[in-house]
Amino acid sequence: MTTNSPSEKRLEELREQAWKDGVVTGRGVDIAGGPIPRKPGYYGEPVVRPPVWTWEIPVYFFVGGLAGMSAVIGSAALAFHHVELGRAAMWLAAAGAILSPILLIMDLGRPRLFINMLRVFKHQSAMSMGVWILVMFSASVFPGLIALELHTLHLFTGAMDELLGIAAGLLIIGSALFGMLLATYTGVLVGATAIPAWFLHRVLLPIHFGIAGLGSAAALLELLGHRIAPLNAIGFFAAVVESALLVWLTMDKHGAADRAIHEHSSGWLIRIGEILSGPLALVLRFFGLVPLAAISFLFGSLVSRFGWIAVGKVSGSDPEAVFAAER
Amino acid sequence: MIGEGIQSTNQRKHSYVQDQVEVGFFTDPSVCIGCKACEVACKEWNEVPDDGFTWSGNSYDNTGHLGASTWRHVMFLEQDRAKGDQIAGPMSLDEDPFRWVFLSDVCKHCEEAGCLEACPTGSIVRTEVGSVLVQNDVCNGCGYCVVSCPFGVIDRRPEPLHDAGGAFKCTFCYDRQKSGLVPACAKVCPTESIVFGRLDDLRARGAERVQQLQQSGYNDAQLYDPTETSVRGIHAFFLIFGEPEAYGLPPKPQVPTIYLRSAWTSAIATGIASGIVAFLAFAFF
Repeated sequence: MTTNSPSEKRLEELREQAWKDGVVTGRGVDIAGGPIPRKPGYYGEPVVRPPVWTWEIPVYFFVGGLAGMSAVIGSAALAFHHVELGRAAMWLAAAGAILSPILLIMDLGRPRLFINMLRVFKHQSAMSMGVWILVMFSASVFPGLIALELHTLHLFTGAMDELLGIAAGLLIIGSALFGMLLATYTGVLVGATAIPAWFLHRVLLPIHFGIAGLGSAAALLELLGHRIAPLNAIGFFAAVVESALLVWLTMDKHGAADRAIHEHSSGWLIRIGEILSGPLALVLRFFGLVPLAAISFLFGSLVSRFGWIAVGKVSGSDPEAVFAAER
Repeated sequence: MIGEGIQSTNQRKHSYVQDQVEVGFFTDPSVCIGCKACEVACKEWNEVPDDGFTWSGNSYDNTGHLGASTWRHVMFLEQDRAKGDQIAGPMSLDEDPFRWVFLSDVCKHCEEAGCLEACPTGSIVRTEVGSVLVQNDVCNGCGYCVVSCPFGVIDRRPEPLHDAGGAFKCTFCYDRQKSGLVPACAKVCPTESIVFGRLDDLRARGAERVQQLQQSGYNDAQLYDPTETSVRGIHAFFLIFGEPEAYGLPPKPQVPTIYLRSAWTSAIATGIASGIVAFLAFAFF
């Protein structure tokens, strides 16, 4: 007995579908326990485990990258006698070197045991290498900055002052070398894992994190009032590279294996971050809107760090991504 | 009494730790009855806290997956395929095949273990018997092992559970093994679906069992032991029916350290390039 009312039609549709397919799906109805599993893998359960890291880690990626590359810019500035800029850059590097371990320790499951990070030196663990890079960076930034300030103030005279100058030079070069690694190793950290969307982009990630750090350092120094041509040039370079990486990421798709980068909210974070620090920063800088370009780049590189952690959470929870990456 | 009168490898005392013999688990779903005694024994012996009671709706499995507080996990697969010559029920038709598979999942104790390589504190170590062990008092909960395990086994235990913040997984009952005892899960398994023993013996036993099953009509029986990938084999290996994907097992697991070379090359090149760009910017602008 059928009626023509729409509600009755809907119920008849459902009955037909049930008869035909043996199961009916609908909003809020989980059919995983039906006679045959219809989710990928084992009831759609994750195959690898998503990262447990919270907001501290993407913020650390941002702060550490900025601090490391600040030391690089600082040493270049001092080499070409931009003393005020060099001092500002080294102060930024030192501030980052204080903030970074605080963020890292906050994210630990057992912060009181943080010192266990220094029990071993393991070249095969990017986390261990990163810890030692941060330690060496701090060990060169802090004395380097003190020596630089004492030398700039000419607190001592004669041989002592000369010695301070040499010490400052060596320590700041050291901080620049470890700073380069501090900004880029984070790409290795997430690239050398079992998360498909991360390890498939293990070459792109260090480039992205490093250049985002370089551009952020230049942008923040510009916002602090150092509006000079070399920083503008670095800003241009970073925005061009970030635009190129956006194109690379769009071209280098791996289907289901790295769909977390192109779909979901994680995909939007990546896109928004890359557009802000790539094309938008480039256009703003081209029209001479340096402060806006700097803000756009800084915000973009922070958003994209959050984006990459979000990508790890989505990709790590997606069994099909693992199967697609391995088959 | 169970096991009386039959030669049982699970009920004997041993001295594998003292003799430094590689040991393993061979888990065989063809004789598993899905009783979950292994899950209970594991939780009781190791004092693993309960991590919530949820009804998953996924067959008889409300455990879900391995994790910080789940070191054995009995899977319940319902598949539209025949299991050898078994008849699914009195009403079963040839056109309507069905099988129910139970498999007790556990940490694989990889030959090349991603968690062990990734651990920055040296908390995760390899024992005398070749198993992978987390030293709970050393672990500071950085979470890097979690994303480095190609099987998604190890996890960080969340608040407010006992001993929260650290990474946990199967210990292979190292404490029991040191005293010559068999791991709790194998000890309680009533059908010896979980077999504990010397790794070389178990591998031979597994290969023999696959052959035996295939001859009896279980055509898709195979061993799951990825010896061909960079993981180079697992010490807790499984017999499975059909493809590994259905069990949530990765078909070609890789230890993430193989990605280090290309990633570090990119990182160092980017670092050097950034330095050069910064110096050139100050030199020419």
